[in-house]
Amino acid sequence: MALTNEIIQQQLTEKFGEQVYNFESPFGLLTFQSSKEMNLKVLQFLYENENLQFTFLTDLCAVHYPDNKGQELAVVYLLHNLRENIRVRYKIFTDIQQPDIFTATKLFEAANWMERETYDFFGVNFIGHPNLKRVLNADEMDYFPLRKEYPLEDQTRIDKDDAMFGRGGSIF
Amino acid sequence: MRPVRFNIHPKQGEPNKSILMTEAPEGYSGQGFFTTKLSDVVGLARKNSLWPLPFATSCCGIEFMATMGAHYDLARFGAERVGFSPRQCDLLMVMGTIAKKMAPVVKQVYLQMAEPRWVLSVGACASSGGIFDTYSVLQGIDQIIPVDVYVPGCPPRPEAILDGFMKIQELVGKESIRRRNSPQYTALLESYGIQ
Repeated sequence: MALTNEIIQQQLTEKFGEQVYNFESPFGLLTFQSSKEMNLKVLQFLYENENLQFTFLTDLCAVHYPDNKGQELAVVYLLHNLRENIRVRYKIFTDIQQPDIFTATKLFEAANWMERETYDFFGVNFIGHPNLKRVLNADEMDYFPLRKEYPLEDQTRIDKDDAMFGRGGSIF
Repeated sequence: MRPVRFNIHPKQGEPNKSILMTEAPEGYSGQGFFTTKLSDVVGLARKNSLWPLPFATSCCGIEFMATMGAHYDLARFGAERVGFSPRQCDLLMVMGTIAKKMAPVVKQVYLQMAEPRWVLSVGACASSGGIFDTYSVLQGIDQIIPVDVYVPGCPPRPEAILDGFMKIQELVGKESIRRRNSPQYTALLESYGIQ
């Protein structure tokens, strides 16, 4: 029997009950959420359950929602069942003041690099990560550039006038 | 198919007016001898045998490849020999976006070049960061190394690169032989943290 979004949702609800919630399927991609403390339990269940077998971590990234007070940072896992060729998206949210998340490196080797990247750009602190340091940006960078409180432009440049870039006004 | 014509009235070339010849420097000549300033001779020799070191990171590098090709042919200006060893080259041509992580590499390449050395910054990105107003891109290579000539454009056409190269030749030809020992030059390098 082919694996469908309904079966995955049913299996998750059977195992975790109310602790896994906000099920939806935008564009047919099953998306759900849990508290951040549950992330390893849910990932391990998705990995090891013989009906689900989500053994491939396609992507891991973060999203910053500055207006979502107390839950500013979302960490998103994209998992792939290679046998049934079906994907799920799993989100957890955390407070930006204390962005501590358990690392998934014990479960997926691929998470090592992706968690470093997520730390690099959003400052998510993955507890238990073997080598949590910057990977893409310069080592001496002292902020997390994809958090929305930081402007896109490089503030060190003062002679680049916005008017020359079609944005109107001036940076002064 | 319609034939493509660019000129309705084809023009005859005027080779005597359009070709730039290298003149001998000012001096005093007589039977079997010629005297002139040493700096003029050195300048003449240097400017017509520059060895460029291409530091090409993006689309400006593709334009540079066209510039080196048969059609535009940078070799006409004595820059036939593109070296890929900084220690033997005179002219650093930085073409393309330089990320902040790449900045130390550019600087090291510059430091490895022997004096006298010149820098040509080709394109908007190398000159100012270009459209990349962002945390990861260096906002112009003049933040890390001194630049002699900037070529605008995104990317500049091969003609523009040639023009920039000729501007460099002009600087090289007129440069005083003592310039690199002058306190101003030392101060310039010191402002970039170079001894």
